[in-house]
Amino acid sequence: MGFFLETLFGGLMAGMLYSLIALGFVLIYKASGVFNFAQGAMVLFAALAMSRFAEWIPQWLGFESLLLANLLAFIAAMALMVVLAWAIERLCLSKLVNQEGITLLMATLGIAYFLDGFGQTLFGSDIYNINVGMPKDPAFILEGMFEGGVMISKEDLVAAVIAALLVVVLALFFQKTKTGRALRAVADDHQAAQSIGIPLNKIWVIVWSVAGFAALVAGIIWGSKLGVQFTLSLVALKALPVVILGGLTSVPGAIIGGLIIGVGEKLSEIYIGPMLGGGIEIWFAYVLALGFLLVRPQGLFGEKIIDRV
Amino acid sequence: MLYRENGQFKTSYAADQQIFPIFQERWAMALLLLVAFVVLPLVGSEYWFRAILIPFLILSLAALGLNILVGYCGQISLGTGAFMAVGAYAAYNFMVRIDGMPLIVAMLLGGLSATVIGVLFGIPSLRIKGLYLAVATLAAQFFTDWAFLRIGWFTNNSSSGSVSMARLDVFGLPIESPVTKYLFVLTVVCVFALMAKNLVRSAVGRQWMAIRDMDVAAAVIGIRPMYAKLSAFAVSSFIVGVAGVLWAFIHLGAWEPAAFSIDRSFQLLFMVIIGGLGSISGAFLGAAFIVLLPLALDQVPHLLGIPLSTATITHLVHMIFGALIVFFLIVEPHGLAKLWSVGKQKLRLWPFPH
Repeated sequence: MGFFLETLFGGLMAGMLYSLIALGFVLIYKASGVFNFAQGAMVLFAALAMSRFAEWIPQWLGFESLLLANLLAFIAAMALMVVLAWAIERLCLSKLVNQEGITLLMATLGIAYFLDGFGQTLFGSDIYNINVGMPKDPAFILEGMFEGGVMISKEDLVAAVIAALLVVVLALFFQKTKTGRALRAVADDHQAAQSIGIPLNKIWVIVWSVAGFAALVAGIIWGSKLGVQFTLSLVALKALPVVILGGLTSVPGAIIGGLIIGVGEKLSEIYIGPMLGGGIEIWFAYVLALGFLLVRPQGLFGEKIIDRV
Repeated sequence: MLYRENGQFKTSYAADQQIFPIFQERWAMALLLLVAFVVLPLVGSEYWFRAILIPFLILSLAALGLNILVGYCGQISLGTGAFMAVGAYAAYNFMVRIDGMPLIVAMLLGGLSATVIGVLFGIPSLRIKGLYLAVATLAAQFFTDWAFLRIGWFTNNSSSGSVSMARLDVFGLPIESPVTKYLFVLTVVCVFALMAKNLVRSAVGRQWMAIRDMDVAAAVIGIRPMYAKLSAFAVSSFIVGVAGVLWAFIHLGAWEPAAFSIDRSFQLLFMVIIGGLGSISGAFLGAAFIVLLPLALDQVPHLLGIPLSTATITHLVHMIFGALIVFFLIVEPHGLAKLWSVGKQKLRLWPFPH
């Protein structure tokens, strides 16, 4: 039982991180109808920027404080993501308005290739680490109930709290601020939003910046856990079944979907994996999403897909 | 002046149904085939065959298969690499487990196995569309990656799924030198291209296009969506499977599942989009572009004499590749095939455009 709980918690934590990446997908899809394959590349890019700035800025300015270095690096990386969002909108998306979905999808794949190359040319291609002072030692809970207690990594716990905070902040931003309302209006209906004077281009820059912010947070958490390296951009592919499961247009869906995939993956690896020869983690999420699509094509919380002729 | 159809009258149904109705095009095609079958084997160097022509032809074939699904039937697939892998490993098993299995039969059986898997993963397309389907086909990709790595039976219990195929022959003729390999691949590709071209002009092909353009309307006029979609999946994965067999047996010789990873699927999708959706020649143009571009980009720093480390070059190639894709999509979303047809239209009026 203790082992089961440990696996369960591990899955929840991993799921939280998938949710973070999935969130970026959902934000962009909702606001511009673009299925953003470059989200993974953005996570890698943001993480690279963060880790390298944290190393460079103290050298340039000549101070030692880790906290200050991280803070400045975070600001610099965020500024870079905003510039990136602006460039993507200006150079790419604004020229592809009214193209078919598949063209936009291919364009984001092109952006992904570009970012992979650009980030590694700019920041180098070794494995870097991000040190934001996450606690590394494990903690034990429920020691009264089971022998030896249930082991949880404190790092995962902090990451989960950060992820939850991010979701709350984003929800507040979307529900309570004027910009958030404009974003939701654009998501509902581009033309109607435009006709009441919401500037689409500006909204897209904002949405890509917010997705860049989500990518940065995800990159920092993944990066401090696994190191910043190229595989980070592949983890993002896992976010696809997450958004499918949760529904492409739903922010809560991204969170719940991430948790289901994270838990399902870990539990199935432990309990079903040995029967099939192990390593089923790499396809379990996709097959789960595939099975789910057959029953409920719009996902758990997505808007019902209605075909009008 | 050179390219005019004035005075070329069609006097029979057969003439009306020709693939190349204009006589200049027939000559151009004949010339192209002559160069491909006779001139290139005489003048080409080994590097040309190994590094450029054979990969180009095989990937064209795979792109052709994918184009039937994506371009003609409108079903997006990110699992092309998986179907190639199924073809390759199935053909390998037929060759290894059955004594005296001829290469061509094994190749076709490999294609048929890919068809079965393709139809299986095509079933969700009856319920879901567009980008959702793309994610469903990703399941095929990751599942086969895993299956060929972990299930020993498929790979004759070799470690890490790497297998090799030696001593190939067709009708007693050994296929060993680059030239014979090239000629074999070229023949297969020509046969399949002709087949595909005729298929998309037939009733089935028109059903696919109707489904692509608007599936509800197509169903209303009496096209069975299930039959049309699944037949597109079947034909497409058959061709892709055969391309997989060629890629593994002829081009690689020894391979492991990583040869058919998700990157391959993306690469093929790029070819189809850049070449032109819904066009047979587009598959070839796209494949040429995607195969040649990285090779060309690799050469540029050497030619200019700029000393760059290989890692930097790889990253720069990635960057330029991505930027070019975006550029192409902006300039011509309908691909190289569209540019080609625009050029032909211009040529028709030249030198007196009105």
